[in-house]
Amino acid sequence: MSESKILVEVKGLHKSFGPLKVMDGLDFTLSQGENVAILGQSGTGKSVLLKIIIGLLDPDEGEVSLWGRPIAELEEVELNSLRRKMGMVFQSGALFDSMTVYENLAFPLVENGVTDEEAISAVVRERLEWVNLAGAEDKFPSELSGGMRKRVALARTLAADPELILYDEPTTGLDPLTSRKISSMIHDIDQRVKSTSLVVTHDLACARKVADRWCYLSGGKILADGTPDDLFESDNQEVRSFLRDISVNPTTGSRAGQDASGAISNGKGS
Amino acid sequence: MKIFLTSVGNFGIFSGSVFTRISRKQVRSGELIRQMYRVGVDSLSVVNLCALFIGLVLVLQTSSLLARFGAEGQVATIVGAAFVREIGPVFAAIMFAGRVGTGVAAEIGSMVVTEQVDAYRAFGLDPVAKLALPRVMAMTVMLPALTAISCLVGITGGYLLAYAETGVPGGIYLDKALAAVTPIDVLGCLSKGAIFGLLIGLIATYSGFSAPRTTEGVGEATTRSMVNSVLVVLVADLILTKFFMLIG
Repeated sequence: MSESKILVEVKGLHKSFGPLKVMDGLDFTLSQGENVAILGQSGTGKSVLLKIIIGLLDPDEGEVSLWGRPIAELEEVELNSLRRKMGMVFQSGALFDSMTVYENLAFPLVENGVTDEEAISAVVRERLEWVNLAGAEDKFPSELSGGMRKRVALARTLAADPELILYDEPTTGLDPLTSRKISSMIHDIDQRVKSTSLVVTHDLACARKVADRWCYLSGGKILADGTPDDLFESDNQEVRSFLRDISVNPTTGSRAGQDASGAISNGKGS
Repeated sequence: MKIFLTSVGNFGIFSGSVFTRISRKQVRSGELIRQMYRVGVDSLSVVNLCALFIGLVLVLQTSSLLARFGAEGQVATIVGAAFVREIGPVFAAIMFAGRVGTGVAAEIGSMVVTEQVDAYRAFGLDPVAKLALPRVMAMTVMLPALTAISCLVGITGGYLLAYAETGVPGGIYLDKALAAVTPIDVLGCLSKGAIFGLLIGLIATYSGFSAPRTTEGVGEATTRSMVNSVLVVLVADLILTKFFMLIG
């Protein structure tokens, strides 16, 4: 059986913001076809990792390679062509607020040189149907609820047919019912388009639904990496405590995580 | 001092990156036309209203002063020369910095805060080429046009008041106003408009892109855009005035 192609490889990643060290020699790989969740407490640098991978932030040290090519050695034009193979669903949605939903979804297509209006319209309508938002084409982002904005952001990312999708906290700020809907939607879309995905979340229900490999990030490193069962049975007490606490109290994920952190800080690395 | 020099350095690097993209022809004509309409046509009323009142006040002030020397007939000469050489370009630029520059700084600053600029980059697009370049080009093209129109409005406004005050015939007024303006004055007027438009465009877009990622940061970017634009326009005006006096 041939090995899957590695799409993302991160080696010895260091990143600090002033005195705050967020990444401390982090190593990580993501292969084609994998659906991976990065778990961890709030403020541990999960979103920073995504932004470094897509090149929105520069690492202080270490190497990030996309499709086998170290991004530090790439010209901006080359990096942009790799970015077009990726899509990122931002935590805030990052929808263009002066454009309608239709224009938001058409944007990546138009910018990639698609000029056929009928083809653009067909893609936009299909992606909106995927996220159960058919008929919302003429609305502006300000007219949408938080959950609808996340779904439009997801549809916009999918409009460009990315090979790799990065999700930054796709369910944060949503009620449990809407969170479940979004998680199911991401799962269905992964099945439909067979894309590779990397989901940053502290929502365990979302991680269960969308990922078959979990990585637990803490102290600037991946402390545990494996199947969900592997992590629940991890030797590391911090990982087990986090998963146990967040399972018991999923609606207050970060709070539970922080409590867990306080409780197990002495046992870190055990 | 270090912060000031760093800011100047960063502004220089940003401006260089905008110029590089001009040479690569990275702007779509449709977006350029949309921005030209937005920054130019939408500013017509405010710039012209300003020019009209300045023209009226200028006539009021100069006619009473000139009357002391029995030279009321020279009002048109002063209004024509003053508008084309100085008042037209400088006041149009200041109104433009307030009406358009601050709007652009706030727009791009808000896009930074709400991660829309990051979204551009995540889609593999260059935000400087897509957001800054069409706005800077539109402002460089449209400010000279606005300046020319505002000069005409200001001189015409001055004529209406001069006619009401002194009964000077329109033909004589216009002859004197035009006689006071040389081709170099017209060249200087339009060149100042283009250079001020370029400077305001660069300052506004740079202020937006360098906005801190907070709501307060958008306000700071907007204020910085206005203050820096006016200061830079006044300094540039001094240099350009000297330059056109030398070649004239």
